Amino acid sequence: MRKIKSIPSSAITPEFIFHERREFIKKLGLGSISLSILSSKSLLALSTIPSFTQAKDSLNQKLTSYKDITTYNNYYEFGTSKSDPYEHAENLNIDPWSIQVIGAVNKPFTMSIDELVKLAPLEERIYSLRCVEGWSMVIPWIGIPLNALLKRASITNNAKFVEFISLKRPSEMVGQKDNILDWPYREGLRIDEAMHPLTILAVGLYGKVLPKQNGAPLRLVVPWKYGFKSIKAITQIKMVEKIPLTTWVKANPKEYGFYSNVNPSVDHLRWTQATERRIGESLLSPRLKTQMFNGYANEVAHLYQGMDLNRNF
Amino acid sequence: MLLQSNHLLIKRFAFTLCLWPIFSICFHILNNNLGANPVEFIVRHFGKWSLIFLCLTLSMSPLRRFTKITQWILYRRMLGLFVFFYTTVHLFCYIGIDYHFDWVEIKNDIVEHRFVLVGFLGWVLLIPLALTSSEKMIRRLKANWKKLHRLIYVIAILGALHFIWLVKKDITEPFIYILIILILLLCRIKISKTNLKNKKLV
Repeated sequence: MRKIKSIPSSAITPEFIFHERREFIKKLGLGSISLSILSSKSLLALSTIPSFTQAKDSLNQKLTSYKDITTYNNYYEFGTSKSDPYEHAENLNIDPWSIQVIGAVNKPFTMSIDELVKLAPLEERIYSLRCVEGWSMVIPWIGIPLNALLKRASITNNAKFVEFISLKRPSEMVGQKDNILDWPYREGLRIDEAMHPLTILAVGLYGKVLPKQNGAPLRLVVPWKYGFKSIKAITQIKMVEKIPLTTWVKANPKEYGFYSNVNPSVDHLRWTQATERRIGESLLSPRLKTQMFNGYANEVAHLYQGMDLNRNF
Repeated sequence: MLLQSNHLLIKRFAFTLCLWPIFSICFHILNNNLGANPVEFIVRHFGKWSLIFLCLTLSMSPLRRFTKITQWILYRRMLGLFVFFYTTVHLFCYIGIDYHFDWVEIKNDIVEHRFVLVGFLGWVLLIPLALTSSEKMIRRLKANWKKLHRLIYVIAILGALHFIWLVKKDITEPFIYILIILILLLCRIKISKTNLKNKKLV
């Protein structure tokens, strides 16, 4: 019997990314100019993100290629096949875009993407993304911590959960013409999960402005949860008292839970959660062992202390 | 004589056509066209072709009935063996390429996931059918052969379930296969009813 390899720690960043990074360092050197570009031109009108702090690569894993990240997506708003988002997302009009922060907050507000990215310095975060279907990627996101946005709204004591609501626009999101899911897509987090420094709102990846098939202009990234928790094309963020009914829980409560933390010991009805296939690896590579909380146990396990994770899946 | 050599020619041609899934996957591999998840691509490729050949096999006797051309039935065994061949390739890709012969994980996957379980069961049930497909076995098993080979109806339903239980939400594609399989099975119920009537008349 062959043992499944755990995630290799020695994998090297591909060369072209290395060069790309050198470019960013140069750009960072021209910080003042970059900032003026950012303030004069809308982020959504740019292709690359002018200025951000590079990730301190804590994962040490080979990044999934830009091509794979942008052509293999689950985004049912554009169709149920993995290639549908890449093929159909182009028609979505995302400029202008506004995000509403409402509910149990002292200072509800609506802001544009350009205002949002000024709430905190943009940072690169290299996270592994584990899909509930048993595949994973390593993605260099660019974004701000979600807590920067929530702090700005000054949440009240009544706020126990955050509900995220995506866009419903069947004329441009062709997958919404079928009632496969209850549109618009909704997701949710507990307040402490939302305030956790690992939870980010992403506006870019690989140094570029977020492609539409990946959830432009703004998506959530919660690296210790299955990918479907990381809602795309967010329009509304609502502080609520009661646990929100999220799209996949509504669609199939037996298979999808509110928490949906990556957990190799809690199996899914359809797919094994003990192992995962890393996208972009060769035909001959073995599956990887899935890590508890997708490898972020040190950072997040304390959030779930005393909870029965088999019941609260 | 002429008819017979024609038949042989057609059969050879049909056999070559039946190898299409092999040609097409080689084409995809050579062109590096397997997408972001090549393992899934290959496993699903053979899974889908297994279902297609299953439908083709099941459509031979209804075709004989509706077109009144008996020759269709001559291809049924070959098509049935291709079902066994492609499901075996599908299974081996899953065991070898996807799971790298990790028998513990494979066992867990089969036991814990109903879609894997029904797929595996379907393949197991195909084994006796493939083993008894020769003329010799047909003669030896006599009436039992027909009974045994009715298992293909169970296998067809298992195959369709295997696909529908795999899919998360959008069941359009598996639904098409289920519809085809159900129609092909319904054709047979009709046949056996008319058979009964004929018997009563006699």
